[in-house]
Amino acid sequence: MTNPVQAPALVELKAVNKHYGALHVLQDINLQVKKGEVVVVIGPSGSGKSTLCRTINRLETIDDGSITIEGKELPKEGKDLATLRADVGMVFQSFNLFAHKTILENVTLGPIKVKGVSKADADKQALALLERVGVGHQSAKLPAQLSGGQQQRVAIARALAMKPKVMLFDEPTSALDPEMINEVLDVMVELAKEGMTMVVVTHEMGFARKAGDRVVFMADGQIVEEATPDEFFTNPQSARAKDFLSKILAN
Amino acid sequence: MNVITDNSDLFVTGFKNTGILFVISAFFALILGTIVAGMRVSPAPAMRAAGTLYVNAVRNTPLTLILAFFALGYPRLGLPHIDFMNAAIVGLSLYTATYVSEAIRSGINTVSVGQSEAARAIGLPFMQTLTLIVLPQAFRSVLPPLFSVFIALLKNTTVAAGFSVAEAGAIRANLSERGEPLLPGLLWVAVIFVVLVLGILTPLQRYLEKKWRVER
Repeated sequence: MTNPVQAPALVELKAVNKHYGALHVLQDINLQVKKGEVVVVIGPSGSGKSTLCRTINRLETIDDGSITIEGKELPKEGKDLATLRADVGMVFQSFNLFAHKTILENVTLGPIKVKGVSKADADKQALALLERVGVGHQSAKLPAQLSGGQQQRVAIARALAMKPKVMLFDEPTSALDPEMINEVLDVMVELAKEGMTMVVVTHEMGFARKAGDRVVFMADGQIVEEATPDEFFTNPQSARAKDFLSKILAN
Repeated sequence: MNVITDNSDLFVTGFKNTGILFVISAFFALILGTIVAGMRVSPAPAMRAAGTLYVNAVRNTPLTLILAFFALGYPRLGLPHIDFMNAAIVGLSLYTATYVSEAIRSGINTVSVGQSEAARAIGLPFMQTLTLIVLPQAFRSVLPPLFSVFIALLKNTTVAAGFSVAEAGAIRANLSERGEPLLPGLLWVAVIFVVLVLGILTPLQRYLEKKWRVER
């Protein structure tokens, strides 16, 4: 890089705090995600990792601190917030495909309504995306007619249709039957290879090793450890991480 | 049988007016009720408060009082004149909309929060999230209570008879003036109401439930 000033992180969280009543669910969180980076957030349940992920497109509000995307503070509400969310793709644990719309409509809705793309162009793009995630022939069906793995791949296509700058994955394989996990992970690995900036909350250590640039380990609302996947899995520093890894690697 | 054939003019005018009252009031109640339900789930506190105030104020007032206000109180306010029929439509619409709103709001609560989160996550603002994603799904689950509200509206139109609207509820009074026996007349009115509900509203409900059935 010729520019001596470091480029701002694509996503940056500074001193973020959040409480649910008495529970301090995010404690002084600082995190930077650079363009093209794949950050995998792992940790025991209740550690705040999903909440962290959801604050990045403000599905969860924060009490204090700041979250910026491309250097711009997240808008509080209204049209500005909607505009920002269009640039931040999100994939949920429970897929959340629009139950009353066909697979194709699920993918074209955002481009047509939010970006003003014509229906013909949106359809074309959506079919190509559905093809890419391997559900091209299902486009006329309703979400309930698809398997969980297929639904989640459609959800990824729906998010990609907005051409997001960053994709958030909130435990994307946790609600899937074991035999369907890989079909979703394969799509995600593919995305990572293509240079998509991703924040992935997951229990899939295999994915973290294969596609992650950095592992962020959270426990009790704090970021306890940050390292490359290799470092983290072979030589965890904190006792909390060692304990966590010993439990999951035992099975 | 003679009662209805001898006085067919009364029955025809009566039920024609009942039909007009019902269809127009149902139309406005559905629109207003949907808007109010939307207000009550809005992110803006002022909208929520206004919606709640309206529902609580109007739903807890007897329909007779609301119609009495429009028939007897409103003309004294010096506002533009409206005839009894239109006054009854306004009163019935405002009253029924509160029930429609509550039925739809209960439907909105059955749509999983993930649906609106997904809509917000692709950049849809509140209004589009509501109209494109949440309401279409909410309507499907509230058809049975919504039709109960409309059946109640159909019968509530008879209250307007007390305020000089010549609808089906007024048939009885007119029959007595003509010296006809009361009981058969009343029975005929009741029978026609049952036929209207079973013959029109119930099949319509069944048709919509079938058409809008969604797999989850």
